[in-house]
Amino acid sequence: MTDPLETTADPSGLRRVAIDPLTRVEGHGKVTLLINADNRVQQARLHIVEFRGFEKFIQGRPFWEVPVMVQRLCGICPVSHHLAASKALDTIVGATRLTPTADKLRRLMHYGQIFQSHALHFFHLASPDLLFGFGADAAQRNVVALAKADPETVRRGVLMRKFGQEVIRLTAGKRIHGTGSIPGGVNKSLSRNERAYLRQDIYTMIAWSRDAVAMVRDLFAARADEFAEFGRFESGSMSLVAADGGLDLYDGGLRIRAASGEILFDHADYRCYWDYITEETKPWSYMKFPYLRSLGPDAGWYRVGPLARIGNCDFIPTPLAEIKRREFLAFAEGRMAGATLGYHWARMIEMLHAAERIKELLHDDDLSGNDLSVSGERQGRGVGVIEAPRGTLIHHYRVDENDQVIRANLIVSTTHNNQAMNAAIRQVARQYLDGHELTEPLLNHIEVAIRAFDPCLSCATHALGQMPLEIELADASGRLLDRLTRDSEGRCTR
Amino acid sequence: MHTLILAWGNPSRGDDALGPLLAEAIAALNLPGVVCLTDFQLQIEHALDVRDCQRLLLVDASASAAPPFEISRPQPAADPSLFSHAMSPAALLQVCADLGHPLPETWLLAIRGEQFVLGEPLSLSAQKHLAAAVDWVRDWTSPHHITKRVLT
Repeated sequence: MTDPLETTADPSGLRRVAIDPLTRVEGHGKVTLLINADNRVQQARLHIVEFRGFEKFIQGRPFWEVPVMVQRLCGICPVSHHLAASKALDTIVGATRLTPTADKLRRLMHYGQIFQSHALHFFHLASPDLLFGFGADAAQRNVVALAKADPETVRRGVLMRKFGQEVIRLTAGKRIHGTGSIPGGVNKSLSRNERAYLRQDIYTMIAWSRDAVAMVRDLFAARADEFAEFGRFESGSMSLVAADGGLDLYDGGLRIRAASGEILFDHADYRCYWDYITEETKPWSYMKFPYLRSLGPDAGWYRVGPLARIGNCDFIPTPLAEIKRREFLAFAEGRMAGATLGYHWARMIEMLHAAERIKELLHDDDLSGNDLSVSGERQGRGVGVIEAPRGTLIHHYRVDENDQVIRANLIVSTTHNNQAMNAAIRQVARQYLDGHELTEPLLNHIEVAIRAFDPCLSCATHALGQMPLEIELADASGRLLDRLTRDSEGRCTR
Repeated sequence: MHTLILAWGNPSRGDDALGPLLAEAIAALNLPGVVCLTDFQLQIEHALDVRDCQRLLLVDASASAAPPFEISRPQPAADPSLFSHAMSPAALLQVCADLGHPLPETWLLAIRGEQFVLGEPLSLSAQKHLAAAVDWVRDWTSPHHITKRVLT
C-alpha cells in the first residue's frame, strides 16, 4: 500500500522544505518535505539524482576492459564493481567454475573491501549520530568532539580502514584502478611474504572488530526503545545466501523474505534476476524503484544490505560473528532486526565476519597457487551479483561476436534500497518533525535515517567548492520564505 | 623526509582527471625527494601517507577556482566532510592532528575544471590549466624555490 506521505492529497498552501544536498552520504541527493501551516508534514520524499550514464560509458568497449573501467563508475566502492563485472564476464568466457586460487583471491579482495568500507562508515560517518544523539548541535557532531570523547575510536577507524586498503592493494595489484580480477579468474596470486605481511595485523583487526560490535551493542542497550523505533518500517529483504543457508557476501543464490519473515524465494538463480525483480519509475524521482514481480510495486519492495543479510541468512560461518548475530537477533525481543538503526549493528557484525574470513584465507595456501584462470565455451550474456558493502549489486552484460559490450544493465544497492529509504524518512517525519518548528538538529534526524543505509549516491566527482547543506523553506508558489545554510566549515547561517 | 604530491579525482570524468594527470606528469619527471600519490577522493587513511612527509601538495580539480589555478594554504578544520567518503583538505589535516601526527607544510593546488561528465576527455581549457599547473609545481619543487621561501 502506498504511504500517504509519498504524495499529499492536496499540495496547495503547503510550505516546501528541501534538504539539499545531504551530508555524509555520497553523491547528490535531497529530501523535500511539504509542511502545512501547523507544521504537520504532508509529504516526504528522498530524491536521488541517479546517474544513468553507466550503460553509455560501458557500451562499445571490449569486454575484457570492463572489470577495470567500471571501477571509475564509483570512487567509493570500486572493488565491488570490479568483482561484479568479473563475475558477469566469467560467464562470457565460459568459466563456469573458477580455480581455487582465483575464487579465494577474489573473496579476499571482497572481504577487504567490506572490512574497510564498514570501518569507515561506523567510525567516521555514523558514530557521531550514535554517540552524540540525533538532535545534538551540529558543532558537536564533528570529529573534534569525537576525537576528544574517544580518540582511540578515531585512531582505530583510520588503521582499520588502512588495513582493508592494504588487502585490496595486494589482491588487486594496485591501490586504485586494480587489475587483479579478470574474466575467468585473476592475474596474480598472493606471495607467502604478502600473506605474512597481512597476517601481522589481522588478529588486531579481529580484536578491534569485536570491540566495535560491543561498543555498538552498548550504545543500543542505552537507548533500546528509541533506536528500535527510530524510522522503523516493515518490508521484505533480499540477499545472497550460500547453498547451506549461511552468510556469503561473494556468491550464492538469492533469498527473498516477505515482511512477515516468510521465505518467498530461496537459492534463486541470480542469472535470471529479472524473473524475480523488476523496476518502476515515479515522476518525482530519477532513481527507479525495484520490487518483486510476484507481489507488485506496493507490497513487493524490499531492503538490502547488512541488516537484510544478517536477518536473511541461517547462520554466519565464522564463530565470533555468529555469536554476535545471535545476540543481535535476540536483543530487545528481536526488534532490532527490523529497525532502521539496526543497520549499524549488523554492519559491525559483518565487519567482524570479514576480519575472520580474511584471517582464514590468509592461512590458505591456495592463495599462493599458480592456477589462476579458466575459460570454456564462449557465451553472449553474463550476469554477476555480489553483496557489496551497501547491498546486492547486479551487473548484466551482453557481448557481440566482436567482443564488444552491446548492452549493460547495473542495479546498485542504493537503487534496491530506494523505497526503503523513503519509508524510513517518512516514518522519521511522523515521529520527530510533525507539528514542530523545523530546526537544523531536527532535520538531521532525516539524515540520520538515510545514513543508516550508508547509501552511495556517488558520482565520484567531488570537486572543491561544493556546498554541504542548504535547507530552503518556500511556500506553495515557490516563493522563498527562509533559508538555512551550513558551509564547508560547519557554520550555520540563516 | 620527502615532498608528497597527493592528487585526487576520477580519470574518467572529464576535468576531474586534472589531479591525477598532474601527478602523472610530475612523477614522469623523476624529481628527487618527490613522491606522487593519486586516489579517487581524499580518505581518512591518507593521513597515514601524509605522516612522514615534510612538504605536502594537495591537488584537485575545482569548479570554482579562478583559472588556471589557485594556491592556498589549508589549515586543519573539522568541517562536515570529515564524516564523508570525500574529505576536504582541511578535514584531512584535522585527522592528522587528531592522530597526533606533526603537520607538514601544506599547500593546496586547485586547478580550474569546466566539465565533469563520465566518459568525457579533458576539456581544452583544462588542458591549458594543467600545463600551467605543471609549470608551477616544477618551480615549487625546485631547490631554488624551497631556499627562497626559507629565506623569506
